[in-house]
Amino acid sequence: MSETGCVTAEGCTVEARPAPEIENPVMPYLRQDRIPHIWCPGCGIGTTVNCFTRALEESGLNLDRVAIVSGIGCTGRVAGYLNLDSFHTTHGRPIPFATGLKLANPDLKVVVYSGDGDLFAIGGNHFVHAARRNMDIMVVCVNNFTYGMTGGQVAPTTPPGATQTTMPFGNFENPFNLPFLADACGAVYVARWTVYHVKQLARAMKEGLAKKGFVFIEALSPCPTLYSRRNRLGDGVDQLKYYKSKSIIKNGADTKDVGLGFQGEIVVGKFVDRERPTWLEAMDQHFSGYFGEKYQPYAAPHA
Amino acid sequence: MKADPRGVLTGTHFIDGDHAACEGALAAGCRFVAGYPITPSTEVVERFASRIPLIGGVFIQMEDEIASSIAIQGAAWAGKKVMTVTSGPGLSLMMEHIGYAAITETPCVFVDVQRGGPSTGLPTLPAQSDMMQVKWGSHGDYEPIALSPNSPQECFDLMIQAFNLAEVYRVPVFFMMDEVVGHMTERVVIPDASAIEVVERRWTTKPPGEYRAYEARDDLVPDMVKAGDGYRIHITGLTHDEKGYPAMNPVAQKKLVERLVGKIRDHREQLTDVRAEHLEDAEIVVVSFGITSRVAGPAIEEARKQGVRVGHLRLVITWPFPAALIQTIARRVKAFVVPELNMGQMVLEVERAVAGKAPVISVPHAGGTVHEPQVILEKILEVTR
Repeated sequence: MSETGCVTAEGCTVEARPAPEIENPVMPYLRQDRIPHIWCPGCGIGTTVNCFTRALEESGLNLDRVAIVSGIGCTGRVAGYLNLDSFHTTHGRPIPFATGLKLANPDLKVVVYSGDGDLFAIGGNHFVHAARRNMDIMVVCVNNFTYGMTGGQVAPTTPPGATQTTMPFGNFENPFNLPFLADACGAVYVARWTVYHVKQLARAMKEGLAKKGFVFIEALSPCPTLYSRRNRLGDGVDQLKYYKSKSIIKNGADTKDVGLGFQGEIVVGKFVDRERPTWLEAMDQHFSGYFGEKYQPYAAPHA
Repeated sequence: MKADPRGVLTGTHFIDGDHAACEGALAAGCRFVAGYPITPSTEVVERFASRIPLIGGVFIQMEDEIASSIAIQGAAWAGKKVMTVTSGPGLSLMMEHIGYAAITETPCVFVDVQRGGPSTGLPTLPAQSDMMQVKWGSHGDYEPIALSPNSPQECFDLMIQAFNLAEVYRVPVFFMMDEVVGHMTERVVIPDASAIEVVERRWTTKPPGEYRAYEARDDLVPDMVKAGDGYRIHITGLTHDEKGYPAMNPVAQKKLVERLVGKIRDHREQLTDVRAEHLEDAEIVVVSFGITSRVAGPAIEEARKQGVRVGHLRLVITWPFPAALIQTIARRVKAFVVPELNMGQMVLEVERAVAGKAPVISVPHAGGTVHEPQVILEKILEVTR
């Protein structure tokens, strides 16, 4: 058998075309020399990364000027797989690192990509203040309701009743309603989608990249290895079925009404989209008014 | 290269150490400071906040010291020279990011205006009790640099050196002031910008694709780039290979950690900075640093008046410790006297270097004020008996 043809049962040679080289459109956005990744089968983090690369593609941004910052945890590894200037920082601290990066070079589009434990337990204070300041960064939180990297401990997002290794008899703590928190702290854009809603999630990320100010996107994602298994919720596909059947799209919903219960209804959508001066705009405006001509707005390295 | 004149307040001033430290940072090219208020260091950031709008840069008061100590590193990777300023309790919170600066080799300056501890301790009163914390405080192996000014003038002069050393070695550099040096007001002469030598970051000359973020030169220090330059760097606090990619195995660990400590240990000679007085004929040597050197001075003069041949070795760079120099001196003197505003920290280093060749007498002080010169004098005289 030749390389370009095959022989049929009748013995006549038919022309076969070589398989076309189709590159996965996501690949140019990944550090291909770091693949395979560490995420488990059925994990949703990769799906969110896929959505993010599509958002990047459609954003029209110069990718040399996009930086991604992660904390520690399963989602904390996202920075390491994206072919951008990428910073894998300390646990809970991607937001203050991103704050320094953005303020020192306002030309950069800075995205924080991390998990619920990283951003809202150890890093909660930083989230609150960056939102209050309207720091011009986009924060993507992959919320899988658990600490995946360390083996499935209770998170500040774990729904009441769910079992975790450090809540072995079921969680009795009250979890955060993340969109409500972001809204209350002053975020200018707040959305929640699940990894079932790939189109909507990618669109939200694209809108977030175009938005000035503190953007918060929550992406609900299955952790089949730890959260689902310990709670007998099946595999990743079962969680997608749950997201599909129990999600209700309510754009503009009042964020105080979008809290999550154990396997309960999930309100998804774009909840907040408003305008507010960013920290840098406020500083420039204030100092220009105060000092007049004498004020020295410092030049960004690529300005 | 020469200092950017916009940051240099040339002239003769009557200011305290905190203000002088801020002027030193501005002269050195620092254009990003993140900080959190804490006595007795706050004046440094207060001055920076009032000066920077007319120079061009950013001050941000963060939500805590943890945030301050990582925000500066984000700014460093965007190309700025950066500093944060704190005192003991804040320094304790910053330990996490001292390790991050060490492993990611991020040039940055940490100012510690020391006060009495442990914990909240003595917020408004001096100590020198963070000396071992800056050496060993963050987990893992690394070698920091620390400088100990003893006057407002040195707060200016040595701050420029601190920024320069951060660039040359890409390590966290500690500026170890104390409450007295921070709040003491003296004459400070700030020269013309053309007389101030500043070290520019060593940017790579390689194009993207050829550049490897942690490929070191012969001096064991890698060249740097900044975010936004098109290099698509990956920086992580995990053990990493030359490319900056996580590599969690004993081989990569050995290579990285040996280089991180090696880049300082191999340059211990260049990093020795002391001021010596009366060492030529000395039989007894007082080893001091920072504010304690100011009170050791009169004690030494008085002892010499009484006919005791005593010399003074003041450590300007306290880390890395100048062990080789102390070793050399130990061969020809009878004793060392080590006064410090703590219960005996740097004296352990002196003992290590002297290695039993001469007695080493500690003159500890719990802090809250400085030593009476008389106390140091008595220890000197005790040795001669």
